[in-house]
Parts: sequence; structure tokens; C-alpha cells
Amino acid sequence: MATQTITLDGDTDWPGFRREARGLLTRQVPPDDIVWHTRESAELDLFASLPDELDDPEASGDFADAASPASVGEAPGRPAPTPHPGGASAVVPPAFLRLCETVVLHEDPARFGLLYRLLWRLVHEPGLRDDPIDPDRVRAQHMAQAVRRDMHKMKAFVRFRSIEQADGGATLHVAWFEPFHHIVEAVASFFVRRFTSMRWAIMTPERSLRWEPAAAGREGTLTFGPGARREDAPPADAGEALWLTYYRHIFNPARLKLAMMQKEMPRRYWRNLPEAELITPLSVEAMARSGRMIEAPASVPARRIAPVAGLRKHARSPAPDAVLAPMPQALSSDPAEALSQLREATQRCRECPIGAHATQAVFGEGPVRAALMVVGEQPGDQEDLRGRPFVGPSGRLFDRAVADLGWARETLYVTNAVKHFKFELRGKRRIHKTPSQQEAAACLHWLESEVRQVRPRALVALGATAARALLGRPVAVMKERGQWHAGPQGEQVLVTLHPSALLRGDPALQEEAYARWLEDLALATAVAQAVA
Amino acid sequence: MTLQRKLAILADAAKYDASCASSGTSKRSSVGGAGIGSTEGSGICHSYAPDGRCISLLKILLTNFCQYDCLYCVNRVSSNVPRARFTVQEVVDLTLDFYRRNCIEGLFLSSGIIQNPDYTMEQVVEVARTLREDHDFRGYIHLKTIPDASPELLRRAGLYADRLSINVELPTDQGLATLAPEKDGAAIRRSMANLRVHIDDARGAARDAAAVSVVSMPTSMPRRAAAPKFAPAGQSTQMIVGADATDDRTILSTSANLYGAYRLRRVYYSAFSPIPDASSSLPLAAPPMVREHRLYQADWLMRFYGFAHDEIVPPAAPGDSAGGGMLSLDVDPKLAWALAHRDRFPVDLNAAPREMLLRVPGLGVKAVERLLMARRVRRLRSDDLKRLHVPLKKVMAFVEVADHRPGHALEAADLAARLKPVPVQASLFSA
Repeated sequence: MATQTITLDGDTDWPGFRREARGLLTRQVPPDDIVWHTRESAELDLFASLPDELDDPEASGDFADAASPASVGEAPGRPAPTPHPGGASAVVPPAFLRLCETVVLHEDPARFGLLYRLLWRLVHEPGLRDDPIDPDRVRAQHMAQAVRRDMHKMKAFVRFRSIEQADGGATLHVAWFEPFHHIVEAVASFFVRRFTSMRWAIMTPERSLRWEPAAAGREGTLTFGPGARREDAPPADAGEALWLTYYRHIFNPARLKLAMMQKEMPRRYWRNLPEAELITPLSVEAMARSGRMIEAPASVPARRIAPVAGLRKHARSPAPDAVLAPMPQALSSDPAEALSQLREATQRCRECPIGAHATQAVFGEGPVRAALMVVGEQPGDQEDLRGRPFVGPSGRLFDRAVADLGWARETLYVTNAVKHFKFELRGKRRIHKTPSQQEAAACLHWLESEVRQVRPRALVALGATAARALLGRPVAVMKERGQWHAGPQGEQVLVTLHPSALLRGDPALQEEAYARWLEDLALATAVAQAVA
Repeated sequence: MTLQRKLAILADAAKYDASCASSGTSKRSSVGGAGIGSTEGSGICHSYAPDGRCISLLKILLTNFCQYDCLYCVNRVSSNVPRARFTVQEVVDLTLDFYRRNCIEGLFLSSGIIQNPDYTMEQVVEVARTLREDHDFRGYIHLKTIPDASPELLRRAGLYADRLSINVELPTDQGLATLAPEKDGAAIRRSMANLRVHIDDARGAARDAAAVSVVSMPTSMPRRAAAPKFAPAGQSTQMIVGADATDDRTILSTSANLYGAYRLRRVYYSAFSPIPDASSSLPLAAPPMVREHRLYQADWLMRFYGFAHDEIVPPAAPGDSAGGGMLSLDVDPKLAWALAHRDRFPVDLNAAPREMLLRVPGLGVKAVERLLMARRVRRLRSDDLKRLHVPLKKVMAFVEVADHRPGHALEAADLAARLKPVPVQASLFSA
């Protein structure tokens, strides 16, 4: 078959490429029989509509679809190619279209040939779409990466300089930039989104952009123009010195890493970055400065700012390995005051290892003379973060029970047998771990102090840890649930499940289990509703 | 004092904070607004300093006057550095000016403690408020929060900022107690917890708002309740490495705990660098920057490669000489792990599960995803690895493909030596 030459309307003629490729594919023209050319764009439309940004294209899923007029309009007067009998249908993944849109912007003249070959192969080799390491796909991928990187660098390294307008109009901000691929139109919308209310222009060797922000009754307009020369861009303005000062001083001379810098800010961009002229002097100086700093003798502290009275020095975290029994020396005789002393003291407790890893101790809360005291096992993730008992998933289930029973949570004293959250890390999650007997025993005196201050008429033990703490013996919760037991001092303790046991149980049986749990708790209703 | 001089002093004072990210926040643009600014998900580094760090945000202190005496800090009360203080308006104007030049993505503002924590935090929040409310600035704002400031001020900071951060500074409470007498590890963790609760609540509310769309008229667009805003880019922190004697194993365990407990987006590690006017109680020589780099690599292994914090660095054996509990400086942590667990290799790339592919030295997350895709349609061969742009020598030592087996190379005693990068003489400008 004779070689065909296809000429596209300019370097970024994606609609043209798409149309031609579809026609060629329909006529079954193999990739090796085509030579692709681009024409220098003719007179450019000064009020071209904004091209779709490549970052978030609205790709149509079907390559054979009629192009949607918003993005790739058919040029008027050109009929769409009629399908050949036996022609290949070109249904390709949307991701491939997005890849093409990007690769088209690459400066390599071979890009169109590569893309058409890929299209041809996608249609004729079913496995190709699932093979990201195919040589042609990898090459296109690399081209797309180079284009995306260039676009990113343009967003990063365009530097506006301001030109005051003689007529008192709004300041114009002008930038000169030299991209490596045909990306100027594709990046334009980024600058429009970022600097909507600013008048600006970006000049490059191939194309220029100008944005006039919206004014009374007029939409903002973006204008494309022909390329410009470096000399057309304005010189440094007065304010640039501040930016250079910042650049000079944010640099840490003790950490010179020039290779790293050049990897991200390649030298080819330096000529248009005002701060680049500082790189060499700063680097040379850094070697000397850093040496001087280390050689300088340590200084004698000069306290020129008087320390302020009242800076907190309390609540100092204890050393993690200190074994402390930080009971307040003199507990107040006022129970409310005593509870707040105890609350403060638990924060410093390191009598077992749990405290060192938790955010904070979670102390009980409720009225000082509550008739009913409810004791859980230990704080969970949410309680640890919020510093309050029963505010996580178990807390919500408990609140639901309180409401169903006609109790009021604000009349209950709610606390836990263990005051710190014990957990193990799994990936990024903190998974609850049951406290050991030693840990629960070490924590017991805090609970006993709470009971002594609150003096409830009865207590509810939720789960085995709480039951053991209150009754002073191992308790088989499933056997002893729903009954009142007498504690060591004769206190009345109702034993039932911890709400987390219900949450962990079989979902199908959850409602039934909940109803049984309510029956257990209902035994304490008379106490809960008693007026303190 | 001139603005130039203030900027010099207060940029100098801020350069020891490593965080620079301007990513991970909600998408915004200035279309339809009165001001400028946009955020597009991934941040942009607008420049790079010769120290290799990206310049993405205008990173300054509101003031470097400080009442605290944290020994590792150049701005501590007992330091002899020159002091300066910006007005709120000066910071606002600088931010907008640099932004218009397209030099920055936004502002990173921190401050020394003056008068008291609440007063300081109020000033910092006022800068953010002015930018957002008076100038309709829609760029990125990162505020450093003062741990002892009132919860109400933290809440307001979250309203205006994309990201909030509180520095834990040192890996252990003991270290903090020794070197930073006014700082309290427990208070710092409580503040982080408080931020996480706010961030989670705002996210949950935003999800609920998105799920409920009210259609009032058949032709009208579904209307959504405005989602509450609170630090959409989450929170981060920084740890100084090498100012105290904490080993790497402990540092990683602290980080893992912070990620798990407070859902931090990032833990930044900052190798303690000699500061001008250093206190006599600190090491004056810098720890190797390589250590900081290895910690970042280990941190990635925890976050993206499924490594648990306690399997990356072997614990120091009793009576161990130097090196126990520390990351190797001459090979990266993933290679170190593979060399120590040769029995788990070679990994058959055509059959092994994803978790194991991620443990192959030299294979990144993207490469693994591509290999998994490709192997569904055909057998993988060594040419595939060549095209993936992975460090071939390293990868080949640990994998099997259709046309390659490492054979006895894995058992060779000199494998580590052969895979170590060749030390390069640093030059001012390497090609």
C-alpha cells in the first residue's frame, strides 16, 4: 500500500489527529504506511475558547463516538468518514484518550506515529489494554510524563513582574517562560483559576496568553497570541528584592544538597528564575558558614526577655519509667473538690505501662452524689482522644439503652475500671487490648477512691474487668449476669455485659442480645431514677 | 526596622521547620471570588533552595521573641539571635505580594511565644482571618498551633487553615522534659487529639451533607448544605533527630503511635543542625543527614509498604555495641530488611502476593501495581523490569521471573557489599 502523508493543523491539533486516526483506522491503513506532519498554525483565533485542562478531562468512553462539540468540534464542512465494510471498530479505554491528549503536546515529531500505532494495536491485540509494560505503551507513558512534568514546572516557575499602568488602570502582571513542549494552552486555565481577579500576561517563544479579569458587565477574557521574545518581558521590579531576601534566608547552610535541588529545579529553567543567580554564591558561602558555626564556642545564655510569671510548670509529664503513686497528699473534704484532685492525679499515673502510650487518663464523670454508678472496662480510641468516658461506639449503644430505660445519663456517674486506653497498633489503627490483671489491679485504687467520694447506692459492672474490680473476685459474666451481687464492703453490684460485647456479636442476633441486655439493666432502674 | 531586615530575621528563624507541603487540601479556585488563590490537590514547589528543600509556602515566624527556653531552638529566650516582630498587616501584604508573583502556594506561619500562648495564637489566627475574610485569599495556609492555647482558638485556626501542626519536637517525653522545660508532651498529645476530633467531625459532617441532596424543584440542581470546614489538609508534626540520644527504633515507634492515634498526614524528621549561638548542652556537630533520610524511608515503609514499625529496625541486643536500634546508614531500610530475611526470597514475580512484591528492594508501589496488572495477561520476563525503570541490579538479586533466577547469589556473603551504593565524592554541581 502506498504511503499516505497526513498534515495536521499545528502542533497541538488533537481534534484533527483524532479525526484522521478514526478515518485511517476505518480504512484499515496500517501504522507503517503513514507519515505525519504538522502545519504551523495559521492565523490564530484571538478569542479561542479555553481548552479543557488535561488534569481532569471529561473523556468520552468511546473513541468512535461523534466528538462532543464542547471539546473537539468537527471542523465545519468536513464530513465524518463513512465506515468501511470490514473496517475496524475503534472502541478504546477512556484512559487511552486521556493519554493521547497529553502525548499530542510532546515536542517529539514521532508522537503521532506512536499514538496511531498504539491505537491500531489496541484494536488488533486484545491483550494490550491490560499490559502496562508493553514497549509502545511505556514509551507513550514516558512522553506523557514529560509533558505533565513540563506543565507542572510551568505552573511552578512562571514569575510575574508588575507593570504599573500610566493611565491609572489596573496593574498588569507579566511573565516570560520557556516551556519544552506545546503546553501553553493546556496550562492557561490553571492561571485563570488561580489569578482570576488579576490582569496578567504570559509570554513564551511559541504562544502568548493574556487575561483580562471580569469588569462591570463583562466576563473575564483569555486571549491567545503569537510568540514573543525574551526582551519583550519587563525587567525586575522593586518588590522582587523581598523575594530574593526570603530565598537567601530560608536556606539552611548546614544542609547543602545541590544535587537534590537540581533534580527538581533543572538548570535549564534557571535563566528565567530571579532567585537562581543566588544559588552559586549561597552554596560557596555555605561551606564556610557551616564550618564557622561549629567552630564557634557555645554561647553563654543571655536572658534578655524576662520569664513571665504564671507560665505553667504544672502537669509535667512524668518520666515514662518512673513508677509513681501520685495520690494527692491531702484530699479535700469536699467530694467535688476531691474528685477533681483525683482527676488531676490520674493524668500523672504511671503505675503500669499503659499510661505512657495513651493520650490522657479518662476519669469518671457525673454528679458527685449520683445514686447509680456505672463502671466499664477502659477507655477506647474515642474516649482517649476526647478525655471523656463512654463517647465512642460503645458509649452510643449505652446512651441508647439509657434512653430506652427512661434513665437520664446526666444523673449517672460513669467511669471505667482502668483509666488509660490500652491498645496495639495495626497499621494505622489502634486496636483495643484487654488490660491484664496486673494492670487492672494497679488501677483499682483510683476506682475505689471514686466510689468512696460518690457513695452510690448501687453500681452496674459492665463486663468482666469491671465486675472483677468491684467484686474482688473473678466473675463469669455470662453466668452471673442480670443479678445483684454483694461487693467486699457490702455494696450492691449488678453484673451484665459490656456494650462492646454486643457490638462484636453476631449481627443477626444483635437486637435479641440488646433486648436481653436491657432486661439486665432494667433491674437498676429504681436506683437510677431515684432522686439523689 | 525595615521590612527587608524583618523578613531576613524571621525567615532565618523559620528555616528549621522541615514541613513544606501544600498538598492534600480541598480544591478551590478564585473564580467567582474577589481575590486570588487556588488549590488543586497536589501542591506545587515554586522554587528550591540549595539545601534541596522545596519552597512552596512563605515560611516565616510572626515573631522570634520567645519566652520558652527549648535548648535545641535558635529562638529560645536565652539565645543571642537578633529579634524582630511582624505586624499582622505586614505578613498579609507579603503573602499576597509573593503569591501574585507566583512564587508561593500560600503561607506557613509560626511564632515564638510572646506574652502568653493565647495571645500568640490570637495573633497567628488574625493573620489567617485577614487573608481569608478581608482579601478572599483562596491559597494554602498552614498554621503552627501553640499546644497550650485555648481549644476555642484551635477551633478558629482550623476554620481558616488548610493544615495545622503541632511539633512534638523530641521523640520522648523524657527528652522534652530535659531540653524543653516549658513544653509538656502530654499537653501536645492532648492538642493533637483535640485536632483529630475536630477534623474527623468536620469530615463526617461533610460526608453526611454530600449524601443528603435536597431536590426542591424537578429542574433545580440538588442543593447541599455547606460542609463545615476544619483543616481540610489535616495535621502534621515534626521531630528533631539527633538532639538527644533516642535511637531510631524508638523514633519509629513514636511516629507509628502518632499516625495511629491522631491520623497525622505527615511526621517530618529534622536532623538537628548546628544552630548559630548554640547552647553548651547540645551536640555541636550535626548528625549525618543520611540518618534523617533513612528515617523518611522507614516512615514510607510504614505508611505505604505494609511494614510494622517494630520490624524495620532490629532491637538493640543487650551488650550490643553501637548500631543496635539504629537504621543502617549505608543501605536503605528495605534492602537492609531483605538482606536480614533472605529466607523470604527470591520472590516469584509471577505468583507472589502483592504484600511480598512490595517488600522487594527497588520495587516501588507504582511498579508493583503495573507488574500485577501485566502478569494477569502474560508471564513476566526480565525485559519488563528493564522497561519499568527500576534499579535492575538490586531487584534482580531478589526476584524470579520467567527467564531469570537469582540462583545462589542470594546466599552469597558479599551480596550486601555488591548492592551498596558506591560512595560519591560530593561536588558543587554534579552533572
